[in-house]
Amino acid sequence: MNGSDRLFEDRTPGVEEQEATASYLSYTVGLALAIVATIASFVVSQTNLLWPPGIPVGLMVLAFAQIGIHLVFFLQLGSGPDHTNNILALAFGVLIVFLVIAGSVWIMVNLTSNMMPT
Amino acid sequence: MTITTIDRPLIAVPTELARGRGGGGPAPKRIVVAYGFWIFILSDMIMFSALFAAYAVLRGNTAGGPTGTELFNLRNVFIETMCLLLSSYTCGLGALSAERRHPGRFLIFGAITFVLGAAFLFIEATEFARMVEIGAGPSRSAFLSAFFTLVGMHGVHVTSGLIALVYLAAQVIAKGLGAAILRRLLCWSLFWHALDIVWVGVFTLVYLMGAP
Repeated sequence: MNGSDRLFEDRTPGVEEQEATASYLSYTVGLALAIVATIASFVVSQTNLLWPPGIPVGLMVLAFAQIGIHLVFFLQLGSGPDHTNNILALAFGVLIVFLVIAGSVWIMVNLTSNMMPT
Repeated sequence: MTITTIDRPLIAVPTELARGRGGGGPAPKRIVVAYGFWIFILSDMIMFSALFAAYAVLRGNTAGGPTGTELFNLRNVFIETMCLLLSSYTCGLGALSAERRHPGRFLIFGAITFVLGAAFLFIEATEFARMVEIGAGPSRSAFLSAFFTLVGMHGVHVTSGLIALVYLAAQVIAKGLGAAILRRLLCWSLFWHALDIVWVGVFTLVYLMGAP
């Protein structure tokens, strides 16, 4: 197999120039999983199914799971060569989002706990 | 004696087979456009992260006013969530039909997406109006300021998404499904899916963690 052959075989399944980027099946599976995750979130928040102090953590886990489902099944983010740049950009975005949210909460909780009691 | 590597004719690889690693020339326009729009979406996410951080910090500062437990109606939030989720689904199916060159099917899915998005906005606007009416407007407390900013900003994005959808549908009707319009549709569907991702954060942090 020479170089040009490899180039022609080097494809991401489902990602071709003018073909569909995905199938109806992928969206339907994504929808089903997302609905399950959503219902699970609402059920967990409203019942004592989880140990009550652990509910926020459970909700966060479910939210991250659902975001992952959206990224893979709706935004069609895959591991193919077409997506390398997108994944890297996403990783950088996630880093900044994490720094902004976690940093703000950390600083402000620290500030609040050091305030003089009123 | 010739140097064969120079004499050998270059294999002309069609640009659409390029994969952004230098081989075969530049990546196809569709990939490049989607990448640029993806960067925009990520910057939008970073903006939302600042609003999420503000809300997370200020959620307890109710200044003696109503708390989330008293204000939020989880049944409505669930309906809103389902509207947005289903509209994300129909938006995906619409983009798929457009790529398969079925303008009629695209318009049907686009119309369903629009109706679901509009239903979401209607429920949200009624909630906001009800809250302002009972004196829980954005000026009542820091918690409510942060709430209206975060949820309102998401609502503004949904509104602009709906306007863009109407604009795109008009383009599809007027010009058909050309390559340029397909790229715009791709960007629009990325935007719409991203809004649903932000909403996952909103209903988890604001509504579910705020209403025991």
